[in-house]
Amino acid sequence: MVLVLALGDLHIPHRAADLPPKFKSMLVPGKIQHIICTGNLCIKEVQDYLKSLCPDLHITRGEYDEETRCLETKTLTIGQFKLGLCHGHQVIPWGDLDSLAMLQRQLDVDILVTGHTHQFTAYKHEGGVVINPGSATGAYSSITYDVNPSFVLMDIDGLRVVVYVYELIDGEVKVDKIDFKKTTATTHSAH
Amino acid sequence: MIADGVEDEEKWLAAGIAGLQQNAFYMHRALDSNNLRDALKYSAQMLSELRTSRLSPHKYYELYMRAFDELRKLEMFFKEETRRGCSIIDLYELVQHAGNILPRLYLLCTVGSVYIKSKEAPAKDVLKDLVEMCRGIQNPVRGLFLRSYLAQVSRDKLPDIGSEYEGDADTVVDAVEFVLQNFTEMNKLWVRMQQQGPAREKEKREKERSELRDLVGKNLHVLSQIEGVDLDMYKDTVLPRILEQVVNCKDELAQYYLMDCIIQVFPDEYHLQTLDVLLGAFPQLQPTVDIKTVLSRLMERLSNYAASSADVLPEFLQVEAFLKLNNAIGKVIEAQPDMPILGVITLYSSLLTFTLHVHPDRLDYADQVLGACVRKLSGKGKLEDNKATKQIVALLSAPLEKYNDIVTALKLSNYPRVMEYLDSETNKVMATVIIQSIMKNKTHISTADRVEALFELIKGLIKDLDGTLDDEVDEDDFKEEQNSVSRLIQMLYNDDPEEMFKIICTVRKHILAGGPKRLSFTVPPLVFSSLKLVRQLQGREENPFGEEESTTPKKIFQLLNQTVETLSNVPAPELALQLYLQCAEAANDCDLEPVAYEFFTQAYILYEEEISDSRAQVTAIHLIIGTLQRMHVFGVENRDTLTHKATGYSAKLLKKPDQCRAVYACSHLFWVDDQDNVKDGERVLLCLKRALRIANAAQQMSNAARGSTGSVTLFVEILNKYLYFFEKGNPQITVAAIQSLLELITTEMQSDSSTPDPAADAFFASTLRYIEFQKQKGGAVGEKYEPIKV
Repeated sequence: MVLVLALGDLHIPHRAADLPPKFKSMLVPGKIQHIICTGNLCIKEVQDYLKSLCPDLHITRGEYDEETRCLETKTLTIGQFKLGLCHGHQVIPWGDLDSLAMLQRQLDVDILVTGHTHQFTAYKHEGGVVINPGSATGAYSSITYDVNPSFVLMDIDGLRVVVYVYELIDGEVKVDKIDFKKTTATTHSAH
Repeated sequence: MIADGVEDEEKWLAAGIAGLQQNAFYMHRALDSNNLRDALKYSAQMLSELRTSRLSPHKYYELYMRAFDELRKLEMFFKEETRRGCSIIDLYELVQHAGNILPRLYLLCTVGSVYIKSKEAPAKDVLKDLVEMCRGIQNPVRGLFLRSYLAQVSRDKLPDIGSEYEGDADTVVDAVEFVLQNFTEMNKLWVRMQQQGPAREKEKREKERSELRDLVGKNLHVLSQIEGVDLDMYKDTVLPRILEQVVNCKDELAQYYLMDCIIQVFPDEYHLQTLDVLLGAFPQLQPTVDIKTVLSRLMERLSNYAASSADVLPEFLQVEAFLKLNNAIGKVIEAQPDMPILGVITLYSSLLTFTLHVHPDRLDYADQVLGACVRKLSGKGKLEDNKATKQIVALLSAPLEKYNDIVTALKLSNYPRVMEYLDSETNKVMATVIIQSIMKNKTHISTADRVEALFELIKGLIKDLDGTLDDEVDEDDFKEEQNSVSRLIQMLYNDDPEEMFKIICTVRKHILAGGPKRLSFTVPPLVFSSLKLVRQLQGREENPFGEEESTTPKKIFQLLNQTVETLSNVPAPELALQLYLQCAEAANDCDLEPVAYEFFTQAYILYEEEISDSRAQVTAIHLIIGTLQRMHVFGVENRDTLTHKATGYSAKLLKKPDQCRAVYACSHLFWVDDQDNVKDGERVLLCLKRALRIANAAQQMSNAARGSTGSVTLFVEILNKYLYFFEKGNPQITVAAIQSLLELITTEMQSDSSTPDPAADAFFASTLRYIEFQKQKGGAVGEKYEPIKV
């Protein structure tokens, strides 16, 4: 069982002061094996904080990020799954599933994680899963109204991944989960 | 020489101990054979060692302790003797035959102890006799130890309430009288030590006196333990007598120690009830006594007492503690005009802590204290003393911690005035403390007035105060400071739009004075606060009967325009462009076409004139296209102009792949799902074809420059876009077009001159899989995809 935390669009300090305290108390160091972050943290302090939760931290660049040397896209393999990471402002139209699916095909990944819209979504389609963990701080977005703070925790176990989404609604943390199964194991050979 | 002196002392001590032990040995032999006479003879000889003048108090103590142990055994023997029939009165008389007075008195005290225990005489008579006889020793060190011995052996034999020694004639009054007398005499001896010896050894004497102070203080401790000493007795007898001695002895060391001792040893309720008397003593002390420390400790004790339970608070009010302390401090400061500023601040700091604990609701008291501080600080200019500045920070932090609410602290009118006296470094430190307090307590500052007051307080962070040099500031520290200001802006909030707008204007006024370095930190949070307000107003109906002055989105957009403009001073064109686009989207949601167009214009101007870095251009283009794609407010003309420009920029990006991608992204500008009038199939196809041409050109360039045609990735991307629009029902995208693109890619991949690229291969493979999958879907989609051959 491998736990992967997916979050992003915190926009600290431009649009939010800090993570909600209820989230902060849930995110304890040592419990999570990987963190993937879609971008727009925006400052180093936040990066340091995430690193303290888990040293294996992957970030892609959001347009407001202070750190400009991050990559635009990233891929990594965790267990049987290939994951792709991208902030999402590069994929137009923003939030459009078909365009995101194209990116997924291009990166050749089972799970694509993007952000930018501050809206949690999890789409399943023939190629795999597209997840948007939303904004962990509930930051203002021109695209989404009434953003609830949210993040995603993925539990990868063999060919199965359970996606837990944590949303802060009216002061309470609500959890939902979605199951995905891969049909075939990842092959590593080139075509 | 000192080294010699110490060596000598060691020798004498060793000799003294040897003598003592030898006589003790003989004394024991006598005790074992019940030989009273010999026991007395050898014990007197043993005690003679204590007659020495050669030892420092520290060493004398060692000798004394050994004697003390031996005397315990002697006392037990005396007790046995009385049981065997020897008369205690006789014994009492017998020991007075010892030759020298010091051994005589030690023996007398020892017998006296047994005498009291036997109850053959009232305790008070024996005690009185002993305490007076001890006057025979006027040498300070010897006298102090002797009386200390007396205190020790009499401790458990005082006629206290409920003790076995209490009787009709013996009361607690006598016990108190005894201890007070012993104390008085001991203090006199102790003070006399100061006069002994040559003037140049003053320091040494003071050190020696320090070593002995607990002997004197012990008496006060004993007094505090006497059950019968209740508040009345303390007020009427004990305290006045002690204070009399303290004041009259006119000795700096004694006064300081004893005042502190009184405060530490007696209960806090007593202090409260005798506050007048206690405080009244301070002005009578020697001018060199460190009164401020003692006063501070008194206030500290009382503060803790107040904090311990709410029940005691009424008592404080009843005795008007605050008033008395305030006056006392005022008098002390007046009496010592040369008191260093650190002392003054320490006093007021303790008083403030006291006030916060005892009168948490009396903001006026707290303000008074701060006001007194300001008056004392005025005329001195900015503080240079590090310790004093630290103390001021502690002074100012106390209300923050107590109230957990900056708003309350803001009501203290003297608070900002105290801050005026801090140098800029400390000002910043204090400002940071204030911000941290707000963040920790999640306080929302909700009126423009309070925001104004707050920003006045933290102005050290908001702008360069006079006298600061830019170079001095560490870059990382600066970033941290400004980020905290940024976060702070998130906490300034009010549900009421009018008030919120006022808050925004206030904040804006302050941050614009911050200079170019700060703007890129402070402008974004202000912009987003404003956009949130716009969204809030959006939800409401525009009130046609509303006042001219009321806040409207239009007004906010005007303000935003002017605010984002200031970033050109930094300069920060990329940030400004992003913010303009955010504003454009917000204007779009408000259906304000001219406003949205203006924002786009500003963004485009920045792109053309200020953004020259390739990578920055790519990001900017993506944002422009992404934003424009979502606009529904533009009429045809405006939309066309903006779209035309955007496609133009895309085609002029430096690197061919970037060009290609930007151009095919532009295709989405002509096809928006939820806007039926924006579904121009032809223009979409034109974009895609243009993208293809660029991809081709890229291949050719690659061939020319490197000998191989490079990767087919771009073609696969464009293919995917063809499929996208094909699915959406763009009639211009035909099966044939798709088919030929498929063949093109396949050919390219198989060609000799192509660079093998596993990623591109995988991409193509998954695209083909997608096509297959769509075919399998059946229904309308399946039918569409059916003709495509892979």
